[in-house]
Amino acid sequence: MDLPRLEINRRTALLTSAAIAANVINPMRAFAQETPRKGGVFNVHYGAEQRQLNPSIQASTGVYIIGGKIQENLVDLDADGKPVGVLAESWEATPDGKTVTFRLRKGITWHDGKPFTSDDVAFTAMNMWKKILNYGSTLQLFLTAVDTPDPQTAIFRYERPMPLNLLLRALPDLGYVSAKHLYEGGDIRQNPTNLAPIGTGPFKFVKYERGQYIIADRNPDYWRTNAPYLDRIVWKVITDRAAAAAQMEAGELHYSPFSGLTISDMARLSKDKRFVVSTKGNEGNARTNTIEFNFRRKELSDIRVRRAIAHAINVPFFIDNFLGDFAKLGTGPIPSTSSDFYPGPNTPQYPYDKAKAIALLDEAGFKASGGNRFSLKLLPAPWGEDISLWSTFIQQSLSEVGIQVDIVRNDGGGFLKQVYDDHAFDLATGWHQYRNDPAVSTTVWYRSGQPKGAPWTNQWGWEDKAVDGTIDNALTELDPAKRKALYAEFVKEVNTELPVWMPIEQIFVTVIAARARNHSNTPRWGSTSWHDLWLSA
Amino acid sequence: MRILSLAGRRLAASIPTLFLILIGVFLLLQLAPGDTVDALMAQMGGGDAATARELRKFYGLDLSVPAQLANYLWRLVRLDLGFSSIYGKPVATVILERLPPTILLMTASLSFAFFFGLIFGVIAARGVNRWPDTLISTLGLIFYATPSFWFGLMAIVVFSVYLQWLPPGGFEDIGTVQTGIWRIADIASHLVLPTLTLGLIFLAIYLRIMRASMLEVSNLDFVRTARAKGLDETHVVTRHVLRNALLPMVTLIGLQAGTMLGGSVVVESVFSLPGLGRLAYESVVQRDLNTLLGIVFVSALLVITVNFIVDLLYARLDPRIAAEG
Repeated sequence: MDLPRLEINRRTALLTSAAIAANVINPMRAFAQETPRKGGVFNVHYGAEQRQLNPSIQASTGVYIIGGKIQENLVDLDADGKPVGVLAESWEATPDGKTVTFRLRKGITWHDGKPFTSDDVAFTAMNMWKKILNYGSTLQLFLTAVDTPDPQTAIFRYERPMPLNLLLRALPDLGYVSAKHLYEGGDIRQNPTNLAPIGTGPFKFVKYERGQYIIADRNPDYWRTNAPYLDRIVWKVITDRAAAAAQMEAGELHYSPFSGLTISDMARLSKDKRFVVSTKGNEGNARTNTIEFNFRRKELSDIRVRRAIAHAINVPFFIDNFLGDFAKLGTGPIPSTSSDFYPGPNTPQYPYDKAKAIALLDEAGFKASGGNRFSLKLLPAPWGEDISLWSTFIQQSLSEVGIQVDIVRNDGGGFLKQVYDDHAFDLATGWHQYRNDPAVSTTVWYRSGQPKGAPWTNQWGWEDKAVDGTIDNALTELDPAKRKALYAEFVKEVNTELPVWMPIEQIFVTVIAARARNHSNTPRWGSTSWHDLWLSA
Repeated sequence: MRILSLAGRRLAASIPTLFLILIGVFLLLQLAPGDTVDALMAQMGGGDAATARELRKFYGLDLSVPAQLANYLWRLVRLDLGFSSIYGKPVATVILERLPPTILLMTASLSFAFFFGLIFGVIAARGVNRWPDTLISTLGLIFYATPSFWFGLMAIVVFSVYLQWLPPGGFEDIGTVQTGIWRIADIASHLVLPTLTLGLIFLAIYLRIMRASMLEVSNLDFVRTARAKGLDETHVVTRHVLRNALLPMVTLIGLQAGTMLGGSVVVESVFSLPGLGRLAYESVVQRDLNTLLGIVFVSALLVITVNFIVDLLYARLDPRIAAEG
């Protein structure tokens, strides 16, 4: 067991204080001069068990945190957020955007010894990404075939132009490859490999004890030289957030990803020099807090009411007092972390202005009788404590301008059903999770014609032809500069109409042992393969 | 034996109850908004409508509610608990895997509560209204009033974070593979804190009951007779008072076996134990109907079994019950 207080000698004390000083500026380069150490077990907090572990058929951080170490994607993001090849070495697209060719790395084998070839890529793309993978099925909607002229070449053929920069930004999440020989013939969803994954990654699956832990050991035949450093990764299933914080302190856990601890515990551990608490390494998992309006309520279909609601809520006050350093003021559906698409803050904004809110409501004809203009039902999503706090804040803010809000709480399944299928809400609030390209995660919140029941899509009863047009044009625009301009236009339009308001921007918070090296060095680090992660003595 | 037939009759009467409970839970869960596919979508962070439709078919949710219920009951008659949608394996297997930690925890904390409740109850009763009684009763009240999650977290902070005496959670050590006696010792060390957390709350109840029951029995005529025939105090307490005072305690065990299963959701979550309570909670959130019904079924069986044993114990403690029927 680790006894940190016994370890302190002069050298480590100096190193530690240097590290703390450097951490403020850059937690990653602080130890650049150290030689990586092989060995060690890395213990990871796993808060919510998933039904399976294969990232080729389920795009969620709960799967990547495990499956992303065992299976690999064609492309990932580097430290600056630019696409970098993993299983793919290089790629090119034809000028019409309908053909994208990937050249694959040679000499890679699956954990069971079989060679990795373009057949695996073609099989995964056609049968998993296109048919099963959430978000993938939308992204690859117009994929017609993947040709494999030789084992190192996969040619993706599209019916409509596919912007290369959209594909490359989507593939880190939606481009994990599974082995054809293990999945061919038979029901992919029921394949036992989903719970005992076999991949090409730096760690080999060993054991999954449901409700307790998952173990993966280092892959001695990994294709990158001198990698990985760790001997073993253990994911421990701990559902209670406070208990997970205690386990971090007891030295039983090294890493709690994706804001897995309570806000107060994260703030407390950030003052403890045994831990690094930071949003670094999660830029690719930015999210915004929402207020979703149901236009079936006549009050809310009036744009003055939606704007009044936005003006009535003091967002900076809420962030300062409840979320602290882990959040900032948002400016729309595309967060400021998205260097390729962020349009800047100069789109219509709704700063706190109670008098204006009251004036707008009066103008819309909703006079206060006995202090109450009308009542609304607010459904908060159960994903995080920030949403719960935010819903109470909305309730109190709106009561000051004469709108009574009743909060109706549900668990996950109930929330999705009531909001996106039954439309039994007036206001809803949750997270919009941004996935590196608006076409992957964001435009579905605004594009009309979404099938009823599809979660996190436009179910507001709102339709705008101009917005639909902008979204469709951007989807097939091949010139990156023009695409960016189209999305800036899109943000301006939706911030004007305000079917959904996204006033807070958050990035997941990582809590990790200060002994860990090479961590948080890419924008989606928690999901990546950790081939270069190591633990110092 | 009359008592056996009595207990047997009660056992038979519990079977229709069991079916009613299962149907009730099934229908109650239909009232909850959302199904297991909605819950899966929530977990995945999104998916399109076609995927959802296909998943509903995959999980057999495209059938009507009565058809689903009929299917379930027909399977149950053939002792088939069905397939778990979150675990992708038979419910019976899932429950069997989770049963040992729950039963270990339950037995350990019930025994702890019963044993210490008995001792402290006797001590408090013998020193009634003097300082041992006041001290024990006050402590009991404090234990009873403290929420178990707080107790658990504080125990972790003190014994695992600061003193580093005991592991903060989990069922056994994952780092090293142990066998035989060392594995038992390892699991035992992991169960100390959860057992204390769960047991302390019940301890409070047991000691109050034991104290009251001791005081009541010690005023009865046969105790006076025992004293009058010159028995010493220890003899009177152990042979005459205690045995008669134990009956309410035994009743309580039967009643609380059920409560213990429910109460352990919190303790299992705080100590990351892979038990039935957490499984039940997860099944509700994930709308995994088969697993939830399976757990209700197994829990009901456990409660019935414990009550059956309690019935037999009554007869052992108080021969009049067996004689009169």
